[in-house]
Amino acid sequence: MTRLLLALALALAASAANAAIDPLPFKDRAEEVRFQNLTKQLRCLVCQNESLNDSSAPLAADLRRDVFEQMRAGKSDDEIKAWLTARYSDFVLYDPPLRGSTFLLWFGPLLVLGAGATAVALSVRRRARAAAAVQPPALRASSDVEDDW
Amino acid sequence: MTTRLLPFAGFLLVLALLGFGVWWSGTHDLREVPSPLIGKPAPAFSLPLLDDPSKSLGSKDLAGKPYLLNVFASWCVACRDEHPILMREGKRLGIRLVGFNYKDPAEDAKRWLAQYGNPYDDVVADLPGDVAIDFGVTGAPETFLVDADGIVRYKYISPITPQVIATELLPRIAKLQQETK
Repeated sequence: MTRLLLALALALAASAANAAIDPLPFKDRAEEVRFQNLTKQLRCLVCQNESLNDSSAPLAADLRRDVFEQMRAGKSDDEIKAWLTARYSDFVLYDPPLRGSTFLLWFGPLLVLGAGATAVALSVRRRARAAAAVQPPALRASSDVEDDW
Repeated sequence: MTTRLLPFAGFLLVLALLGFGVWWSGTHDLREVPSPLIGKPAPAFSLPLLDDPSKSLGSKDLAGKPYLLNVFASWCVACRDEHPILMREGKRLGIRLVGFNYKDPAEDAKRWLAQYGNPYDDVVADLPGDVAIDFGVTGAPETFLVDADGIVRYKYISPITPQVIATELLPRIAKLQQETK
């Protein structure tokens, strides 16, 4: 009896998991891997912190079906992404393309890092120059550094 | 002196950045997907009428005059907030108001319109949601303003309010009306 109940519970759990992500008729493993890779790079428009691959939103299911159909029609990954961005903008891509409007997004951190490095280099050089000019006794050098902070 | 001020200046800079971020997220909806369709032709479509699926209405029939396409569904809770405003102000807009019934079984949509009233000049039904994807619809309600040449001029996501009508829709509709004349 317990075994029967357990089997029933397992069957129910399996069907619930299947219902969340619609099964698509992949012809082989390679096609399935390509589909999974592609949909993981795409963002669900409804639950925006989920990928198209994970989301159980109805729109995500529709878009997965469209992606699958376009793969079958022989479209490349880039063509499928272009088809989606024409409708939903770069928002659907987790990896935003490099262009004028995304320049700060890509290089902002590098610019901030550069500004910090410049500031550090300038202050180090100024201190070195000050130290060379004053020529303090070796013993006082460590307390000087502490004073500055 | 400058070495002491430098970290403080850096701190102020970071503080300013934080302040900007707080202000930006307050005035912008960060979840809103920008529409790449604005300034481009609306996708060509032809959909069955909700009341009579044997007849259809599409971009060709709508060409020549501006129209407002309003995406709604009976399952959409926010549409219920928007609905009374469309009922009250829809006719005042002076533009063809096309209801776009999105992924909604026909009986549900008809019952919903019978219960709350029908503010639309026409209602088309997109049960599979394919045309909605062409329009870049992410949910309901969403509203598109399309001009006489079939170009999408404006998109509004989330329920229309009287304020949105006054500040966003009416000025744009007036401009389109002038262009058409």
